[in-house]
Amino acid sequence: MNTNLETFKYDNRIVRAFAVATIVWGIVGMAVGLLAAVELFLPAATLNLPFITFGRIRPLHTNAVIFAFVGNGMFTGIYYSLQRLCKARLFSDFISWFHFWGWQTIIVAAAVTLPMGFTTSKEYAELEWPIKIAIAVVWVAFTVNLIGTILKRREKHMYVAIWFYLATALTVAVLHVTNSMTMPAGWFKSYSMYAGAQDALVQWWYGHNAVAFFLTTPYLGLMYYFLPKAANRPIFSYRLSIIHFWALIFIYIWAGPHHLLYTALPDWAQSLGMVFSLMLIAPSWGGMLNGLLTLRGAWDQVRQDPVLKFMVAAVTAYGMATLEGPLMAIKTVNALSHYTDWTIAHAHGGGLGWNGFLTFSMLYYLFPRLYKTRLWSVKLANYHFWLGMLGIIFYIIPIYVAGITEGLMWKQFNKDGFLQYPNFLETIIQIVPMLRLRAIGGTLYIAGVLMMAYNLYRTAKAGQFEPETEVQAPALEKTPEPQGKYAFHRMLEGKPVFFTVLAVVAILIGGMVEIIPMFLIKENVPTIASVKPYTPLEVLGRDLYIREGCLGCHSQMIRPFRSETERYGEYSKAGEFVYDHPFLWGSERKGPDLAREGGKYPDAWHYNHMDDPRSTLPGSIMPRYPWLLTQKMDLDSLPARLRALRRVGVPYPAGYEDGQAQKDLQAQADKVVANLKQGAVTAEPDREIVALIAYLQRLGTDIKAAPVAPTSTMTTAAK
Amino acid sequence: MSVVIILILAGLLVGLVFLGAFVWSARSGQYEDTTTPALRMLADDPPVKIDKTNITLK
Repeated sequence: MNTNLETFKYDNRIVRAFAVATIVWGIVGMAVGLLAAVELFLPAATLNLPFITFGRIRPLHTNAVIFAFVGNGMFTGIYYSLQRLCKARLFSDFISWFHFWGWQTIIVAAAVTLPMGFTTSKEYAELEWPIKIAIAVVWVAFTVNLIGTILKRREKHMYVAIWFYLATALTVAVLHVTNSMTMPAGWFKSYSMYAGAQDALVQWWYGHNAVAFFLTTPYLGLMYYFLPKAANRPIFSYRLSIIHFWALIFIYIWAGPHHLLYTALPDWAQSLGMVFSLMLIAPSWGGMLNGLLTLRGAWDQVRQDPVLKFMVAAVTAYGMATLEGPLMAIKTVNALSHYTDWTIAHAHGGGLGWNGFLTFSMLYYLFPRLYKTRLWSVKLANYHFWLGMLGIIFYIIPIYVAGITEGLMWKQFNKDGFLQYPNFLETIIQIVPMLRLRAIGGTLYIAGVLMMAYNLYRTAKAGQFEPETEVQAPALEKTPEPQGKYAFHRMLEGKPVFFTVLAVVAILIGGMVEIIPMFLIKENVPTIASVKPYTPLEVLGRDLYIREGCLGCHSQMIRPFRSETERYGEYSKAGEFVYDHPFLWGSERKGPDLAREGGKYPDAWHYNHMDDPRSTLPGSIMPRYPWLLTQKMDLDSLPARLRALRRVGVPYPAGYEDGQAQKDLQAQADKVVANLKQGAVTAEPDREIVALIAYLQRLGTDIKAAPVAPTSTMTTAAK
Repeated sequence: MSVVIILILAGLLVGLVFLGAFVWSARSGQYEDTTTPALRMLADDPPVKIDKTNITLK
């Protein structure tokens, strides 16, 4: 029957290129994470260099491990398995290499711009707009290569892994574009099109789905390929894999608001996010059980084979993280866990365990096959496994303890009804030992990765790389489709315009069902009359706050709990953030919330605090920012910044940036300088510190100036 | 919260594409057989032998 047997070659070169990039960027990204971890208990580790302060390298760490390490890992595994599952070479060699070099260029651009302080401040989407555009272009290239390969496949059935790859490519594109809507104000500065609560919702819709469709679906696809391969037995239930795939992708996209529980986001959106998050347990565990049960009767192999060891630990970590995640999305649990290190522990359980270990497993599987040899040292791989496990344990357990400690201390009242720990710093000093232990865990984990790099290097040296694997397969024959049953769908396929119209109608109906209530319910768009746009000096100060990554440690969102209103003041309302492009609510507190910082301390206190936080707060873990005292503010860019802000809806009068803004800025700067003088500090009015102080003193003061206006603002968050 | 409109449209767009993909996959017989695909994917490489000490390729 196989009269039309075709001979073709799988491309192994591109797989090797991505694999090497995975290892290199993995080591870099984790090392940056370790530096960030050390800085949290040893602030002097920044050496007073702006480029390596925690605020700037935290986004570098997250971007590097997510998009460089896991991203390259994903492409390695997809390009290896896709060719074999489709029985076809990748669609285009040119696109493959464009994809590879494009992605590495983006990573290098990120590694340069983030330490320089070019950031949008939106988590996992920090890169500025020219790089965002490059990401979109390269992602489209990847998608074309993926779909092109699928179209020319010689295997009619699309194995379940391919479905996971497709969902990844499509959804990440939509997420990236939606969250990247930004108005440029120069080459490396832009303002989010959305403001305040709206920006927060878009950001966490994106942020959560980055976890879902960048860290989860592609890796589940890899699990469905490499786990059966490594164990040499079929997946436990192919039927379950299909069901949990479709369930997972349909539910995941709605769970984003669980990152904003008890914030100024409307309650209904919070509840929606919580409910969908809880539903996610089922499809997530479908995947985990399917993976683990595949090893029924094969556990003896797990004992011997490091590939399977890493795989089993990875799938188990996936199961734990996807049970914990929905639990953390329950509002009462989140009230304790949010803003604490608990979130960091959760993220690293998933990141180090699921993504890290699955990547290592895949690399140990691939290198001997690409190089036609044995793994150089199984023993060393086993040491890596146990060192990695110890690393994870030493990382997450202290951080869980730290998180719960922080959460409880923040909420503790004494018997007289006052906060037990009114000084925020007390709660940080309490967890410093945990932060030290965490760095030890991280060190162990990286040591394991270095062992792997050496082991794989020796494996490559010992073997002979096979650049292309020649295989034969029959061409895919067009099977004649049965009449009648498929007639309607065939008709649709033959009429693309008609099909598009039907799809648009379906979108519009669904959209309107949701949109009409939105316009009817006024509480969703609360406004407060006394909230005004930032002054030009405050705009520059706010941009410095963004540049230095202050929101890595300081939230600007007071939740409606007595413990928070006692500590920080009136809880935050959505109407206070209508001019915040982007929103700066933050997701972590390693320092106190700053939403009502304005007026709490004199200007001179802030000046001294930025110069050396330990001069004002002994024991503080905040880095020094001496360069803010000497660097001049970027006045030349002010007109472009104000224009961009006006374009996204901030009501600065027309022509304001051509003279009047500069005068206003000068006057306010002089006022700050006069205030500083009263505190025995002499400063020039054109230094960055002046702008930052102006911004900090503005925070949260708008609603102090006038009584809180309409009652509609109160109803949403008061519960 | 008018931004919810954008998110819902984007979410529905993704959902509808998935729905289309699901309908296509079900109708084109992708799930007619849930046994052999799981076995077939194991067979495309040179057979792998695992011995006590190491992983080798034949």
